[in-house]
Amino acid sequence: MAIDYAALKKGGFMRQKQKNHFSLRLQVVGGALTAENLKKIAEVAEKYGEGYVHLTSRQGVEIPFIKFDDIEQVRSELADGGCRPGVCGPRVRTVTACQGNAVCPSGNIDSYDIAKKLDERYFGQELPHKFKFGVTGCQNNCLKAEENDVGIKGAEIVSWVQDKCINCGVCVKVCRQGAISPNDGIITLDEDKCNYCGRCVKSCPTDAWLGESAYILSFGGTFGNTISKGDEFLPPVTNEEQLFRVTDAAIKFFGDYAKSGERFKFTIDRVGADKLLEVLKEAYYHNG
Amino acid sequence: MADFNVTEKVDITDVVCPITFVKAKAVIEELETGDILEILLNDGEPVQNVPRSLKDEGHKILKLDDNGNGTYTLYVEKGEE
Ligand code: SF4
Ligand code: SF4
Ligand code: SF4
Repeated sequence: MAIDYAALKKGGFMRQKQKNHFSLRLQVVGGALTAENLKKIAEVAEKYGEGYVHLTSRQGVEIPFIKFDDIEQVRSELADGGCRPGVCGPRVRTVTACQGNAVCPSGNIDSYDIAKKLDERYFGQELPHKFKFGVTGCQNNCLKAEENDVGIKGAEIVSWVQDKCINCGVCVKVCRQGAISPNDGIITLDEDKCNYCGRCVKSCPTDAWLGESAYILSFGGTFGNTISKGDEFLPPVTNEEQLFRVTDAAIKFFGDYAKSGERFKFTIDRVGADKLLEVLKEAYYHNG
Repeated sequence: MADFNVTEKVDITDVVCPITFVKAKAVIEELETGDILEILLNDGEPVQNVPRSLKDEGHKILKLDDNGNGTYTLYVEKGEE
């Protein structure tokens, strides 16, 4: 029987250089695995692999040295432990995420929750080439948003409330952008300098900085053979509905215009950033 | 200079992050709710992180004075236990 490598790859089985052996990629969303998942992964790696796993650069887990004849058995045992196979090839890949504001004090958004929603919406969707999403909770960028085809970064749109301010001076110091200047009890925010990091909101002792959480999106990042940082085409996105409208538009643009085997960045370069901007703007401003 | 009824003082300019916060925390923990701690700290990481960490622990930041020599004086009121 001929081995259908494409089908196996789609199901997360990566052919190894060793004959008849596959490295099985599992689906991990936002880097989270339960203890149950981990126990099952350990068990399968011992029983069918060589007793170890490989952690990929995108928060994935691979179990190497699975033999071709064991594939079905491995699939079903992993399913018992709540593990699903991942995907490779030309489709939407693992959505990566940091822990976000559910855990991290610096977080502006719930990165993991957004990653799960993106995963439910797009995971495995067939496209002309691979497509990666990454979600990071704030400007510290632990998850390196801009190296993804679409990167999402948690932001805070801030405003100062005079009544509450005790002029302690803390926000002036914590702002790394030099966007806050105090003058006789009045604070001015230089919106051109502000990068929405939210540090003023988090450090103000009297909650005199209000923050509205938002998402900064970047498009066309790639960090493989070509290295290129995704570009921000839009102002921050301020709610989830708008976020998914924009990500839908980006994926649709890629599906419509990309040549087979072409990464998003090159589609943007070839078709024109202005063309993408048009599509993104329509999704961004459309409110019906 | 700020006019506060300071209960205790601590100089954290001789240590680096994250010991800065640990040192300040050790002192503030010995105080009573409502007492005021005066902290001398360096510019850079300490002034960006220590006030926020103290706030996260439930203490109240009263004032941050720039001493003009690369150090700052922070006044903190001890929060509820
Ligand atoms: S990116 Fe921000 S929110 Fe996410 S883990 Fe890093 S510091 Fe925390
Ligand atoms: S959000 Fe960040 S950059 Fe903007 S004013 Fe606040 S501290 Fe400065
Ligand atoms: S940190 Fe808050 S209270 Fe202190 S100066 Fe800034 S806005 Fe005012």
